[in-house]
Amino acid sequence: MDATNFFLYLAVMAGVTYAVRAIPFVLCKGEIENVFVRSFLAYVPYAVLGAMTFPAIFTSTGEPASALAGTVVALVLAFCERGLLTVAVFACVAALAVRLLIYFM
Amino acid sequence: MSTKMQNFRRGMYHGIPIALGYVSVSFTFGLMGVSGGLPWWQVLLVSMCNLTSAGQFAGLDIMMAGGGMVEMALSQLVINIRYSLMSLSLSQKVDDSFVTRHRIYLGAGITDEIFAVAMSQPHKISKGYFLGLICVPYLGWAGGTAAGALFGGILPEMVRESLGIAIYGMFLAIILPKARESRAYLAVILLAVVMSCCFAFLPGLKNISSGFVIIICAMVASAFGAWRYPVDGKGE
Repeated sequence: MDATNFFLYLAVMAGVTYAVRAIPFVLCKGEIENVFVRSFLAYVPYAVLGAMTFPAIFTSTGEPASALAGTVVALVLAFCERGLLTVAVFACVAALAVRLLIYFM
Repeated sequence: MSTKMQNFRRGMYHGIPIALGYVSVSFTFGLMGVSGGLPWWQVLLVSMCNLTSAGQFAGLDIMMAGGGMVEMALSQLVINIRYSLMSLSLSQKVDDSFVTRHRIYLGAGITDEIFAVAMSQPHKISKGYFLGLICVPYLGWAGGTAAGALFGGILPEMVRESLGIAIYGMFLAIILPKARESRAYLAVILLAVVMSCCFAFLPGLKNISSGFVIIICAMVASAFGAWRYPVDGKGE
């Protein structure tokens, strides 16, 4: 792939990605009154994250047992309302611990 | 310290866990880009101009395969159209300091994680906060890509792979407290999760691209929530 081609690909990629993000944000000003639409938009972020997390989390570490350990730790800590960073770090630590355990056994 | 500065710093602070999650994912992207044959600076440029995980990985595949520009545009549209939904949601969450000019450049920073953290704030958000919330993850994304492209081979595979769960841990930390507090949110989240698992495992549904799956799950679950448990009054 030559450089010209690369920059063409890059422009198309970045252009489309920017447009889908910015257009609704720039055009939609003012509060939406409709209760259904407001409720819908309030639920969207949580539904998106739920759908993105499961089942992807189970294959996120390249090894099922470590992913399961990380998931359980994350579920418990998140349920106890620990901060984002705490939950993320301990999930990684748990996953790595299981990987090490498997490696040394 | 002015309120603006305080907001900016608070945003930066909230951006740290996102950035940590991004470093691990973008590191992998940098590694893959270079092993696919791109020079390191091109891989970095892709990350700096796009700031999106699934879209970039798909885009990289198309570049490597020498795919057409229409295919590239369509793949990005399908995978990233969920940002339009978030962008619309976010337009209801920002305060009056966001005039058109700010929306034009801050709109580029809407990602799943930045959006989710911004939406989980109890009040409307200011442009200072949002800028702070964007810039740390942006540096993490660009820095992680450069590191992966340049020194990808150094970290043990085990460590690299374990970092992959960081982003999902963060997602859980956002959705679980909400599910615990409200049955309506719990129902919406569970519906989205069950649907997403069906798409992943059922024959026939398996081949639908992940970008589409997220849109379908999020729209159906949110519509169900809005119909069954309308949010009354102002805000949430």
